[in-house]
Amino acid sequence: MATTTITKTEKLVGKRIRRREDPRLITGTATYVDDIKMPGMLYAAILRSPHAAAKIRSIDISKAKALKGVHAVFVGEDTKNAGAVPCGASLPGLRVPHHNLLAIDRVYLVGHPVAVVVATDRYVARDGAELIEVDYEPEAAVADPEKALAPGAHAVHPQWADNVAFTFHQEGGDVAKAFAEADVIVKQRIVSQRLIPNSMETRGVVADWHAADRSMNLFTSTQAPHLVRSLVAQILGLEENRFRVVAPEVGGGFGAKIQTYAEEILLAWISMKLQKPVKWIESRRENFLCTIHGRGHVDFYEIAAKRDGTITGIKLKIIQDLGAYFTVLTPAIPTLSVLMMPGLYRTPNIQADIVGAFTNCTPTDAYRGAGRPEATHGIERMVDMVAAELKMDPAEIRLKNFVRNEEFPFPTATGLVYDSGDYSAPLKKAMEMAGYDQLRKEQVEARKQGKLMGIGLCAYGEICAFGPSPATPAGGWESATVKIEPSGQVTVLTGISPHGQGEETTFAQITGDELGVGIDDVLVLHGDTSLVPYGIGTFGSRSTAVGGTALYYALQDLKAKVKKFGAMLLESEDVTLANGQCTDNKTGKSVGFKEIAAAAYRAMKLPPNTEPGLLATHFWEPPNFTFPFGAHLVVTDVDRDTGNVSIRRYIAIDDCGNILNPLIVDGQVHGGVAQGIGQALWEQAVYDDNGQLVTGEFMDYTMPRAHMMPWIESGHTVTPTPVNPLGVKGVGEAGTIGASPAVVNSVVDALSPLGVKHLDMPLTPEKLWKLISAGSNA
Amino acid sequence: MTETINVSINGTTYSHEVEPRLLLIHYLREVVGLTGPHIGCETSLCGACTVELNGKAIKSCSIFAIQCDGAKILTIEGMAADGKLHKIQEAFWNEHGLQCGFCTPGMIMTTKQILDRNRNPTDQEIRHGLDGNLCRCTGYQHIVNAVRAAARAAGA
Repeated sequence: MATTTITKTEKLVGKRIRRREDPRLITGTATYVDDIKMPGMLYAAILRSPHAAAKIRSIDISKAKALKGVHAVFVGEDTKNAGAVPCGASLPGLRVPHHNLLAIDRVYLVGHPVAVVVATDRYVARDGAELIEVDYEPEAAVADPEKALAPGAHAVHPQWADNVAFTFHQEGGDVAKAFAEADVIVKQRIVSQRLIPNSMETRGVVADWHAADRSMNLFTSTQAPHLVRSLVAQILGLEENRFRVVAPEVGGGFGAKIQTYAEEILLAWISMKLQKPVKWIESRRENFLCTIHGRGHVDFYEIAAKRDGTITGIKLKIIQDLGAYFTVLTPAIPTLSVLMMPGLYRTPNIQADIVGAFTNCTPTDAYRGAGRPEATHGIERMVDMVAAELKMDPAEIRLKNFVRNEEFPFPTATGLVYDSGDYSAPLKKAMEMAGYDQLRKEQVEARKQGKLMGIGLCAYGEICAFGPSPATPAGGWESATVKIEPSGQVTVLTGISPHGQGEETTFAQITGDELGVGIDDVLVLHGDTSLVPYGIGTFGSRSTAVGGTALYYALQDLKAKVKKFGAMLLESEDVTLANGQCTDNKTGKSVGFKEIAAAAYRAMKLPPNTEPGLLATHFWEPPNFTFPFGAHLVVTDVDRDTGNVSIRRYIAIDDCGNILNPLIVDGQVHGGVAQGIGQALWEQAVYDDNGQLVTGEFMDYTMPRAHMMPWIESGHTVTPTPVNPLGVKGVGEAGTIGASPAVVNSVVDALSPLGVKHLDMPLTPEKLWKLISAGSNA
Repeated sequence: MTETINVSINGTTYSHEVEPRLLLIHYLREVVGLTGPHIGCETSLCGACTVELNGKAIKSCSIFAIQCDGAKILTIEGMAADGKLHKIQEAFWNEHGLQCGFCTPGMIMTTKQILDRNRNPTDQEIRHGLDGNLCRCTGYQHIVNAVRAAARAAGA
């Protein structure tokens, strides 16, 4: 809806405003990568290994090359000098495998790219790939991280004798003393299984090289376009200022599009080689195999506690399934679990060890939550187990151990400083909404009738707003540029790269409020490196907390300049900017925003020491992370005859600081909860012993569908963060982090009359039915 | 080898020579240039490619273009009329029934079928009706709200 009236009558922040990005999406006119078509464009199809571990004896591409419509076929020898897939994480002693764009001599996972066929259309490209003959010599593979670490296991990378990629140790406080003086010690092995992110849009790339001016246009479905630009330009030895990366409409990411992938480098290389635009669109099968997976933890917990329920120490050993090679953050993800291992509790004594294990599987990396769901699942399961051991109510033990309100900023045993919080508030609110005491009474009655009813709690904390730059591999600041056009309309360029999170709307709300203009006068642009000065991207619940803050500060600079021009026009020294105009505080005379903008560009006269034009850029470096928190409460009924879990009530109370747009925040929570319930009940990447991904299609990998999801009752408490002036903490990952332990705790509670103390995810009907049928003592 | 097909899409008649193996979704996107229907899986499991074929919602990745000779097809691009959004589109917008938007064209076409068959569906009927369409962003709750709102708007 175009408008030329610069008006502003009401505050925008805090309102349920429908999204400004939606009209193009609901009419089917948005442009995703696969919608891009260029004259003379060719299509690439990639042939991938069917074996998890094999030597390549020979590759015969002659038939593929002879196929009508095929322009080129490339194998590993062709691309070996083109570079390798980059890893941004560094840890002491880390073994980083060199991952070529296409396999050379050997493959080490199913889906390993072996050859690429470039043809006139996508059907011919796939035909060509089928005509390539590869002679493999299969070897034994290892697909399980615990087996990979066993003596004599097949070495994923022959240059290293074992599969240990790194070990990591961290301690805080005096954990030995805590355990020596404990009244009770509870131990449990807890698995956070491998998951497949499965954004609805797979990955895709269009590369378009122009030799005459040495410029590259790379359209890619990514969450971090500037990072892709810097890395791919560097890898291919191209000039960064002539390398443009565009993240067009991006159909979901969930962490799986933060990485710079082999195909982004490969397609750029091919476009240069063939002097043509080239497109590659990942098939869903490829997405299952070749885009990163998430989680993949085997955790060994030990908790020391006093009889009164005080948790005094936590020991954690993580075996992280890394997969066969690294993408940009792979080895760093489990270190986030260590940082968050105390959860919301005061526990001063911790000890953590990580062993990163290579397996012949897809690399793991950041999937919604990235390390924090694993940590939260672990601590929230363990707290329930300690409560059971001490015969305490699970709510009581949580309330007893929470960091107290007066203790903020709270230094944790893992070296973080929690910013602000009122940790008991969401839990109490959830219990009140649920009618907790009544539910417990109902449960007693249900159990008398042999019914399996469970009540599960989770109090989660998360580390968000990545982050202070020293704590990140590629900088953790964010940038914003705001231009007021001569017409008075406002253009925002942000370094974040939203793909569903709605910042085209929330950033317009912030801008409208700060400049005193209407939301329709603001346009938010992102995802194009030729437009945006530089940016880090959208991940780690950082976009609003870091990118929104950069915007806020850019707006302060710009506001000051607008007021200078306003004061000049009004011949005043004391003006206010609001409601689309600048007003002289003494005389009450005002001048419109449009007139000020026009005057700033027309520049007939300038305020003292002031340049023409209205533009401001701010790069904001956050002083700390933010720490959102919340509580989820889940009531389940488990069917004795089928093992099916019905979620009767799902209550999610989240505290993400100030809320800019409640409609969008609710949507983020719902989506996050769906992914957490998915992990708790259905989803799992299953590999067989040969390293074949058994759950490699939607037919086999159970994604939550509409009928499987409960109604989510969401609510909020609001504790602003002092870390940024907006008071926002981040909400993208909250739902996912809170959901899996809440659901599992509920089901374990339901089955506790059968002696069940712990269950590993996913809690499929088959798993529960077997347990119930056996009368069980798990 | 190609065959000629004549198809009416969103009220316009097209005549094209197509390979027998060309899927309807690729025909719509690559030949006709309608990129609203999306490809999420090519195996009929995600529903992002849902269009209406002779009045029924189908997954256009699971049918060949030549099977549609003589057919009447409606895609997401044909839902808005005279510059005015369809009530279902309005409802998805108002209720925040989408985030990344990739599944949305399929969701909207499926919603049309749900409401064509049942003007006043219960939440359970809505969820059952949406089961062939995957969304990874929304947890479906706002989509269910959108379908309900669209039903209300159509009744009004």
